[in-house]
Amino acid sequence: MKDAIVQVTGLVKKFGEIEAVRGIDFSVEHGSIFAFLGPNGAGKTTTIKILTTLLKPTSGKILVNGFDPLTHQNDVRRSFGIVFQDPSLDDELTAYENMEFHGVLYNIPQKLRKNRIEELLKFTELWERRNDLVKNFSGGMRRRLEIARGLLHHPKILFLDEPTLGLDPQTRNHIWEYIRNLNTKENITVFFTTHYIAEAEQSAKQVAIIDHGQIITRGTPEEIKRQAKTSSLEEAFISLTGKEIREETMGTKELFRNSHKMWRRS
Amino acid sequence: MNAIYILWLRQIKRYFRSKSRLVGSLGQPLLFLLALSFGFGPIFQKAGIGNYLEFLAPGIIAMGILFTALFSGIEIIWDKQFGFLKETLVAPVTRIKIMIGRTLGGATIATVQGIIVLLIASLIGFKFEMIGVIPSLAFMFLIALIFTALGTAIASMLEDMQGFQLIMNFLVMPIFFLSGAIFPLGDLPESISIITSSNPLSYGVDGLRGVLINSSHFGISLDLLVLIVTSGILLLIGGYLFSRIEI
Repeated sequence: MKDAIVQVTGLVKKFGEIEAVRGIDFSVEHGSIFAFLGPNGAGKTTTIKILTTLLKPTSGKILVNGFDPLTHQNDVRRSFGIVFQDPSLDDELTAYENMEFHGVLYNIPQKLRKNRIEELLKFTELWERRNDLVKNFSGGMRRRLEIARGLLHHPKILFLDEPTLGLDPQTRNHIWEYIRNLNTKENITVFFTTHYIAEAEQSAKQVAIIDHGQIITRGTPEEIKRQAKTSSLEEAFISLTGKEIREETMGTKELFRNSHKMWRRS
Repeated sequence: MNAIYILWLRQIKRYFRSKSRLVGSLGQPLLFLLALSFGFGPIFQKAGIGNYLEFLAPGIIAMGILFTALFSGIEIIWDKQFGFLKETLVAPVTRIKIMIGRTLGGATIATVQGIIVLLIASLIGFKFEMIGVIPSLAFMFLIALIFTALGTAIASMLEDMQGFQLIMNFLVMPIFFLSGAIFPLGDLPESISIITSSNPLSYGVDGLRGVLINSSHFGISLDLLVLIVTSGILLLIGGYLFSRIEI
């Protein structure tokens, strides 16, 4: 595809014997909103980690904003912003300090950094709370802060790994408004995963569905519905990936994180 | 440089904001200082070796640094589990810089801890050479650097806190007790003597004694040499292991 910001060909990732991603091809058009859907354990997060230089692929070719993550790691890193599936803010720092930290790491000059932080915190309606510690923030505020932080260095593409997980419908709506707004105003490409298929149907221009490490279909939401002969994308998703429930293996890390969450809420 | 500075600053801010950690980490050195110096002081005196508090204080300063420095390594696991590490790992900064920034932050905190123990010790009667304070800071920082790097190396290989705790228990206590922090290194049985002389903390404690109370077992220049070489090696190992972290 011409004018692709992400180009993936024959991507394979093995963890020992397990093949998490088995030779996938897809591309994401510049300036589009791209939904990467799949059941638990399908290989979504692994693919995002490879695209964002956190993991090295076993084989295959990738270009992000024209750069190869293997050879031009830092060029790729400057090209994207990311909101991870699980929180990645420093709870003991304030919202402003989290932004400042990011800005310095990305080497944004001080004056520009200051203006940009103010602009983004206002955009995500967190400016009034900028000097509060993040540990006192609600889930929705954290997500907004993470989105603001991901945008600080003017990325060409924003990766959102389940950005609305665990949020109430109001907050989800709110966050999607920001994202669509960004996409049209700043022409940022958005690459997201979600389990709320309706969100993908509503916002995505392009969708790819991955299951068992392979892409099973790609296209616009309309094309996929037509192909599966269903009236909603959610039904299409279920008819394509089957009704079987996937068990996502929970490592110690997740267990620990969950117990920490419970402990904090109680 | 900026990246290293902001990573350092983050560690410092987190430390001074966590009041419980500040207070909690002082309890143990204080207890050791009080119980041991008042408990063993008279016997030490009778044995004709001198004032036990003076002998003990540098050891407890080193202990405070050891604990804080090694546990600052735990923050890598913490950041791994609570996600913040990813934020630094996707930034256009080399892993080595991230590791250096974190290690310097951890080492600075541990040094501050050492200074606080020194102040507490002087409050309960520890008399030391004023002129030795400046060089003692260098020794404190080297001890801090060694054990922060060691903590980083260990934490880079581990996934969860439980494993870290286990290693800490099998590492912190032996390093502390077999370092000459609480007993003189001369006239030890040979087996113990071999262990104490291969323990880097022994040279840290000895160096501190050398500059603070003018009494050194190995000699200050040997202490300094061993500490510098060890910290260099551990920084390399820590940097290598940290650069291999996959999330």
